[in-house]
Amino acid sequence: MEATAEQFRTCATTGLKVHGPAENLIKTNAVTAIVFLLVGGIVGLTLVLTRWQAVHLLDDEWFYRMLSLHGIAMLVAWMIFFEMAILYFASAVLLNCRLATPWAGWLQFLLMFVGAAIVAVEILLGNADVMFTSYVPLKADHMYYLGVIIFAVGAIVGCLVFFGTLVVAKKEKTYSGSMPLVTFGAAAAAIIALFTLVHGAITFIPTWAWAAGLAPMMDAELYRMLFWGFGHSSQQINVAAMVAVWYLLGTLTVGAIPINEKVCRTAFVLYILFINIASEHHLLVDPGLGIEHKIWNTGYFMHLAVLASMIHAFSVPAAVEVALRKKGFTRGAFEWLKKAPWGNPAFSALAISLVGFGFLGGITGVVYGTEQVNIIAHNTMRIPGHFHATVVVGTTLAFMGLTYYVLPLIFLREVAFPKLAKIQPYLFGLSMYVVSITMMIAGGFGVSRRSWDMSGIESPFQVNFGPVVDLNLAIMGIAGVLACIGGAIYCVIAVATLLIGKKVEA
Amino acid sequence: MSVQSLQPGWWKTPVHKEERIWITVALIWCILMTLIMPLWHVVGEHNPSAEYYRIAPEDFDKLTDEFIDKYKVGVEGDFAVVEPPAGADIFLRGSQWQWDPVLKLKVNETYRLHLSSIDVLHGMSIYPINLNFEAVPGYDYVLTITPTSTGTFNIICNEFCGISHHNMMGKIIVQ
Repeated sequence: MEATAEQFRTCATTGLKVHGPAENLIKTNAVTAIVFLLVGGIVGLTLVLTRWQAVHLLDDEWFYRMLSLHGIAMLVAWMIFFEMAILYFASAVLLNCRLATPWAGWLQFLLMFVGAAIVAVEILLGNADVMFTSYVPLKADHMYYLGVIIFAVGAIVGCLVFFGTLVVAKKEKTYSGSMPLVTFGAAAAAIIALFTLVHGAITFIPTWAWAAGLAPMMDAELYRMLFWGFGHSSQQINVAAMVAVWYLLGTLTVGAIPINEKVCRTAFVLYILFINIASEHHLLVDPGLGIEHKIWNTGYFMHLAVLASMIHAFSVPAAVEVALRKKGFTRGAFEWLKKAPWGNPAFSALAISLVGFGFLGGITGVVYGTEQVNIIAHNTMRIPGHFHATVVVGTTLAFMGLTYYVLPLIFLREVAFPKLAKIQPYLFGLSMYVVSITMMIAGGFGVSRRSWDMSGIESPFQVNFGPVVDLNLAIMGIAGVLACIGGAIYCVIAVATLLIGKKVEA
Repeated sequence: MSVQSLQPGWWKTPVHKEERIWITVALIWCILMTLIMPLWHVVGEHNPSAEYYRIAPEDFDKLTDEFIDKYKVGVEGDFAVVEPPAGADIFLRGSQWQWDPVLKLKVNETYRLHLSSIDVLHGMSIYPINLNFEAVPGYDYVLTITPTSTGTFNIICNEFCGISHHNMMGKIIVQ
C-alpha cells in the first residue's frame, strides 16, 4: 500500500510530517483511553468511599464487582489504549513516516474495544466477580476470558503495526542514523508487550476452555505463576512507556537533551532482558517453588531491571537540569529548579510522576519484593499502596502530562481551561501520594486488600484494628476524593478542548 | 533531543564521571539488596518455608477431620477447638468461608502447620502480628512455627475467595 502526499500534513510547531491515518488512530485510541479512565475513576470513587470505613458506601457484592471493573478499566483499558496511541505516535510521527497497514491499526482498535466491552459488560452483569487476577478455581463466565483474549489479540496487532512502521521507515529512509530515544523506549515497551501477551494467551486460553466446559482446570499454582508472567510484566509495558514519555516531556517542556544516549538506551535493554522474569515475587509466600528459584528470579534479575530505573532516575532529571542551566539559571545549586516551568502542567506532571514513581512506587516495590519482607506485605493494603504509586502517580500522571501536548499538536486545539490545567497535576498527583502512603500504613497494621469490611462484623470472630487505622483510612478517603476530582478535571479539560477548544493552525 | 534520530558515532560518547559514579553506587545497592535474601536464611529467624507437598483437596479435607477428631477439646460456636501436643503436625483448612479448626497452641513450642484449601485460593493472614501465607488447593504448604507470645490471634483471609470473603476469620489461641 502506497501513501499519497495528500495523506500528510506538516506540523507548524515541529516541522514533522504527520500521516493522516496515523493521526486518526492516535486520536481514536487516546479518546477511548480517556473514556475508560473516566469509567474507572467513577468506580474508583465508590471504592475509596467504601474502604473509608465511616462512609462504607457500597454493599459487599457491588464492592467486589466494582473492584473487578476498576482493575480492568484502569490497569488494562486506559493504559493500553493510551499506549497504542503512543506507539503510533513514536513510530509514524517521530520517524516522519507513513503508518504501516492502517487497516491493521483499525483492527487493533476494534478488537481491543470489543474485548474491553465484553469484559466490562460481563463484570457489570455479575458474571465475573473474580477480580483482575481471576485466580482459578474461582470461575467467571467463559465470555469474560474470551473478552480478555480478544483484547490481547488486538494489542498484539497494534504492536505488530508499530514494528511494521519501523521497518517501513528504515526501508523508505524517512530518517537517518539511529531512531530517536522516545521511539527506542516505545520499541522496548512493545517488545515487552509481545512476550507479556504470549503469557496472557498461555494463561487465558486454557482457562477459557475450562470455563466453557471443554478442558480440565489448570493447576491453581501454575495459574498463579503464568498469570503473573502476564500480570506483572504488563506493568513493565507501562514502566517502559512511562519512561519514554518522561524523556519526551523533558524535551517538549524545557528542550532537555539526554546526557548520554548510550546509557539511556542500555537501560531500556535491561528492562527488556530482566523485567519479565521478576514476576515470581507474587509467589514468595506460596507453595510450589523452591527458595533458590524464588531468590534467583526475584532477586538477581529484578534488581538489574531496578538498575535500569535507577539510571533513568538520574538521566531524566539531569537532562532537565542541563537544559535549564543552558537557559541561564545557573545561580547556586538550585536556581534551575526554582525557575523551572512549574506552571506548565506537562512539566509539573513530569516532576510529580518521576518523584512519586521512584520514591513511593519503586522503593516500596523492591522492599516488598524481598522474600522475607514479603511475609508481612503479601496481600495487605501495602500492595495497592505500592502500585497506586507506580501506575497511577507514575504512568497515569505522565500520560496526563503528555495529553497537554497531544491536544495542540495532534488534535490541533488549544487546551481549554488553562488555569484548571495548571493545578490539575498537583491536585491529582499529590492526592494520590497521600492515598498511596495511607494505604501502605494501613497495610502495615495488617489490613488486607480487596476486603469489603476489615472488622469481620458478620463473621464469628471480630478484629479491632484501632483508631490509627481508622484515621488512616479516613485520610485515604478524603485524599481519594480529591484525586478523583483531579482526574475528573483532566477528563473535563480533554473533552472541552475537543468540543470547544480554539483551533490551532495546522 | 529525545525526539531526533542520532547520527553515527553516538555510541562512542564517553559516560560522564558523575553518571558513572551514580551507576556504580546503584549497582552495588542492587547487589546488596539481592544478597540480603539468601543471607537472611543463614542469620535470620524469619523465613518463608519451601516445604510443600501435592495433595488432593479431598485428602487434605480428610486429614484435617482426622486431626480435629484426635485432639478436639471443645467447641466455640460452629468451630471445633483443638489442642494438639507440642511438636505435632497441625492442620489449618481454608474453605468458603471459614478457617478450621480453632487451634490452641503452647507458647515457645514448635509445630508443623499444614496449610491448604479445599476449594478456591485463600490467604492466611495472622492478626495482629501480620504474617501472610497463601493457601492453595492441591498443595500442602508446611510452615514450621513457634509461637513466641501468648494471647488470641485472628486469622484473616486476605485472598479474595468470593462474596463473603471478608467474613472468613479464624482463631489461634496461644497459652
